[in-house]
Amino acid sequence: MTDAELEALALSLEVALRSVLYSLPVAIATAWLLTRRRFAGRTLLDAFVHLPMVLPPVMVGYVLLLLFGVRGPLGHWLYQSFGVRMAFTTRGAALATAVMSFPLMVRAIRLSLENVDRGLEEAACTLGANAFDRWCTITLPLMAPGILAGALTALVASFGEFGAVITFAGNIPGVTRTLPIALYSALQTPNGDASAARIAIISFVLGLLGLLGAELLARTLRRRLGR
Amino acid sequence: MLEVQLRFAHAGFNLEADFSAPTPGITALFGRSGAGKSTLIQLLAGLLTADQGTISLDGERLFDSSRGVAVPAHLRGLGCVFQDLRLFPHLSVAGNLRYGLRRAGARPVRVLMDRTLELLDLGALLERRTWQLSGGERQRVALGRALLAQPRLLLLDEPLAAIDVLKRAELLPYFERLRDELALPIVLVTHHFEDVVRLATHVVVVDAGHVLAQGNLPAVSVTPELGALLGTEGVGAVIEGRVESIDATSGLATVSAGQGRLLVPGDGLKTGVTLRLQLLARDLILATAPPVGLSVRNQLQGVITEIKAEASHNVMVSLDIGGVALLARVTAAAASELGLTVGQHLWVLIKAVSLRGHPR
Repeated sequence: MTDAELEALALSLEVALRSVLYSLPVAIATAWLLTRRRFAGRTLLDAFVHLPMVLPPVMVGYVLLLLFGVRGPLGHWLYQSFGVRMAFTTRGAALATAVMSFPLMVRAIRLSLENVDRGLEEAACTLGANAFDRWCTITLPLMAPGILAGALTALVASFGEFGAVITFAGNIPGVTRTLPIALYSALQTPNGDASAARIAIISFVLGLLGLLGAELLARTLRRRLGR
Repeated sequence: MLEVQLRFAHAGFNLEADFSAPTPGITALFGRSGAGKSTLIQLLAGLLTADQGTISLDGERLFDSSRGVAVPAHLRGLGCVFQDLRLFPHLSVAGNLRYGLRRAGARPVRVLMDRTLELLDLGALLERRTWQLSGGERQRVALGRALLAQPRLLLLDEPLAAIDVLKRAELLPYFERLRDELALPIVLVTHHFEDVVRLATHVVVVDAGHVLAQGNLPAVSVTPELGALLGTEGVGAVIEGRVESIDATSGLATVSAGQGRLLVPGDGLKTGVTLRLQLLARDLILATAPPVGLSVRNQLQGVITEIKAEASHNVMVSLDIGGVALLARVTAAAASELGLTVGQHLWVLIKAVSLRGHPR
């Protein structure tokens, strides 16, 4: 493997981890809203959350560019207030990846929240636990297998995100050139076939290991809960 | 004293409850499945909110719709053992037991961990996961967990419903220990009259969302409202008496109830204890003259207070035996042949072997 390929691998891991870190709290909050709250516009929110699954990734990247570009409303504010740039940075690549894997994560977490027996929360309530206490000591631990499985699946999916990343964050070696973008670049380069094949194999192994790991972890956790 | 007066309508079911329960004491909410007993428990616990009414415990308002008072469930300090137990699967037995103890807050400590482990024989189970426990063990853990939250009142929703007959006999003594040793007020939901006879001091009869009768068990036991729920085979007075003496040779205990004396099998009884006896109406024999030459040990004199015709050519005779109310079922034919009338004096015959005393 060449240094450039190793760099792309390391960058892919970094972008994927950061994207999961960004989206996890938001995904848990969204899953809670969709499962436990009844409010006007719930169905609309549900549909909105799932949009990245059906929209062309390039379009998601374009929308991000409009919002988070240096002249976009959010991007401008971030840059003025905190000096933070999103477009064409590693952070931006992570944001684009997070948006794309968000529906996957929300689905897994929501499923696990729906499976939490409300009766256990009631029992905790009669034992003197307030709502926040119940959430931390009963609901979250019982959701843990689902949350971890969701996070891991999203992580694995993040390794392969291409369209949104290249549109919003570009193709900058060492900054936003993740594995799939490196693969694309290799294919565009004369005599890049060998490099492309190596990257393809790395991606394949990474994806397989990730999925196996997610399943194994979920199984172990479920056993701890006696299911 | 727990005083409850509630109205609650949900999905076509109307609940109208008006009852009080002594504290300390065990009050049984007795009725068929679907009568609204579990809903009542949830309303008391604060897991459901009534449309109208009040709940007060020892003078403190837990709920008062007219004043907008509704103490949240986690601050009510009422322990709950649910029908499905609801043990936390992600915690060990010790973790389950400690959950309430840690959150007991400023409530006076009534029972500590060591005492709970001893009372409920939980010491050997502490490290286990909850799904590794048997039904009876799970029941005891749920009870211990509720106790350790230092509740002011314990709500038990069909605590023995999921337990088979053999295990019930194994578990009942634990509830009796709670009653006798901790003096903890308990409200118990059940549709087994045996639980009521063994455990309750006070009974509230609930049917179709309404309280039909309430009071101490001997008084309620002879009401037609309870009789209707128990069915023809189960109807009978429950009386309380004191064990005066136990005869070593015959093995029979003499029990005084009102002015009468009864002989009952003395196995496992001690002199001086208060005993509860269920006298099924179908087991009683009436005689207009003092009988001779019978094996029946108990021959009591009494007065007829009421005669009521029943279905299938039977009559229910209410009797007063020296201040104790009894029910006897005889055929209409027998009643007319003996010429039974209200106010008539007669003898009541009860086989000693048909009686089983429950200490209380």
